[in-house]
Amino acid sequence: MAAPTLDPAPSPAEEAVASYASEPKKARSLAIDTLVGEQNLSEDQIVRFFDEHKFPILEGKSVTFAYRGKADRVLLQHFIYGLETSQPFKQIAGHDVWYLVLELPKKSHLQYKINVIRGEDQHWILDPQNPQRALDPYGANSVVRTHGTERADWTYTDPETRPGQLVEHWVASQAFGGSRRIQVYLPARYRPTRRYPLLVVHDGHDYLRFSSLKTVLDNLIERLEVAPMIVALTNAEERLSEYPDHQPHAQFLTEELVPWLEEAYPIRREPLARGLMGASFGAVAALSCAWRYPGFYGQLLLQSGSFAFTDIGQHQRGPLFDPVVEFVNAFRKNPGRPSEKVFVSCGTYESLIYENRSMVPILQDTGMDVRYVEARDGHNWENWRDRLREGLSWLFPGSLWMVYE
Amino acid sequence: MRPLTLLGPQRLRPALVATFDRLDITGQVAAITAGWQEREAEVDEMREHLGRPVVDLMLHQRCEQAFAADLELFQAHRQRQDQLRKMQRLYRYRLDFMIQPARELLLSTEDPELLVAEQEAAIAALRQLDNQHLDRIAVVHREFEERIADQQFPGLERQRAEVAEILSGSAALAIAGGHVAVLLNRLRLFGLLELAGDLPVIAWSAGAMALGERIVLFHDSPPQGAGNAEVMDHGLGLFRDMLPLPHARRRLRLDDPCRVQLFARRFAPARCIPLDEGAEISWDGEHWRAEKPAQILHLDGHVGRLEAA
Repeated sequence: MAAPTLDPAPSPAEEAVASYASEPKKARSLAIDTLVGEQNLSEDQIVRFFDEHKFPILEGKSVTFAYRGKADRVLLQHFIYGLETSQPFKQIAGHDVWYLVLELPKKSHLQYKINVIRGEDQHWILDPQNPQRALDPYGANSVVRTHGTERADWTYTDPETRPGQLVEHWVASQAFGGSRRIQVYLPARYRPTRRYPLLVVHDGHDYLRFSSLKTVLDNLIERLEVAPMIVALTNAEERLSEYPDHQPHAQFLTEELVPWLEEAYPIRREPLARGLMGASFGAVAALSCAWRYPGFYGQLLLQSGSFAFTDIGQHQRGPLFDPVVEFVNAFRKNPGRPSEKVFVSCGTYESLIYENRSMVPILQDTGMDVRYVEARDGHNWENWRDRLREGLSWLFPGSLWMVYE
Repeated sequence: MRPLTLLGPQRLRPALVATFDRLDITGQVAAITAGWQEREAEVDEMREHLGRPVVDLMLHQRCEQAFAADLELFQAHRQRQDQLRKMQRLYRYRLDFMIQPARELLLSTEDPELLVAEQEAAIAALRQLDNQHLDRIAVVHREFEERIADQQFPGLERQRAEVAEILSGSAALAIAGGHVAVLLNRLRLFGLLELAGDLPVIAWSAGAMALGERIVLFHDSPPQGAGNAEVMDHGLGLFRDMLPLPHARRRLRLDDPCRVQLFARRFAPARCIPLDEGAEISWDGEHWRAEKPAQILHLDGHVGRLEAA
């Protein structure tokens, strides 16, 4: 009988790196080799090379990044957990051309910047050769998608789609004191005489800006993949304190916001028609809110939850995570049955993949209907956007199969 | 034989009026929008587009009223629908297991002499499964008919009489799309084709599906589920040898020869005709005619054009 091992199975990111590192060196024929192998490389050849290719260059599993400019060193700064964060470019001798070849599995989505170092100066810049960008609350990153992960059509504005509308409200809150601004998404062809399910979204503003949430909802509802629904887009004033299992936050959502919405809009007043959604700390907020009010929210959509915990010893994620760890530890010890259905997604290139995988059997043991999906992606808003179709259509299925308009 | 015209979706760029003009229909149009369910009454756009008097038959609402008036009818209907749903689930079990080998055989590059027989057998098994399912569904419908045959349902009869009255003053019947099962059930419950006599029929999307020999639900890339086309029920049988496929451009991977071939061969001899926006085909009781350029799924897996007449 084989001895048990304490080594965890490698993540796909680790597998990719391991496979790259251990592969015997063999002659590869990549576009960049035409420059690297050229003895008398001319300026014309370099210009032509940059003109003729789209960057990064995708060739099988190989992804070639290239940079042109004066530098002492050039680094690829990426966000794949398991890979060394800084990957050095090589310089073509005698020229200001830098390149790096990485091997990435298909269906990978990578966000990155280029770090150009001259003397004491470091500049993290967007890849000048790559027009593909992803916005996030901190600015933007360059994006590369390997084969099989092309951006889906339902994430783009579709002229054939009837748009829903956003309505702004201020909702009074005793839990917080004062009032909170929310936006309410009403689906196309909204009618007050109909009853709709309700989804309450954490970081609603960011979901709108960085995950195209309105476009996604418009398209998925238009295509009958998701039921027409009312979506409440909430935003925290102090996200890092309000989201990790914060009693006033849960109270606001459950005892103030939802009842207010149910009075203002035609919402089905039953748990299975009521959902919470969030990403990262927002997923912690969604889960902790449902945990504090078990049975009230029948549907949970948790994306890349920051479900840090400690079975033993101290966590290494810094003091911001103290309340998160306290909650997740308590949840893992006594999860109860917070909801009916829960959709969990996480990128395999995230540092949180272990915590999310570890959460799955705990959620399953509660008796909830659990669906867990992974993608070769990082902790970013495009990852969360790209999982919305699968998550929303599972929690709030539309009438696609039966309706032919 | 009543003139029958099938159209693609009408929502974005409605073209109904051209069909009515072509058929020289100038009088009142009786509309069936029961597939829109609670939106049934929203026919203003259609009325404006047609520029003719339009009377909505309100079959969805009439059905609800008939059910409310005749509880026995409602219960019989509900039990039948529950049974059909369960049967559909059971049918799906076998379908999901049988369709994959058929796809793999169509994609295989093994010795063609050996392969052809295996492919035919796999597709024949699927066709047999579909036919068995339809036979069982027919039994359920027959039992329903027998159950209600000797009873009087004054609520339903009253509604039927009103519908017949409207139809007698109409020059054509327009059947819109929507929820295909809801629409089919209402058409069947009211015996609509019987009431409509020889009125010209113009139908689109689910309306077109409901009038054929069999209803096939389809979507190659749904966000949930296997995406295997499935037989749902018998249609009203107003035409034969054709399977209308509304929204095929969006619902089917028409660039995948394996899927196209499997679809076409599984449902042959019916011809599988995409009914996308702009499509218009007519049936004279014997032959189909493309009034505007339309497509067809061929048995070899390619999608060709049906030329305009």
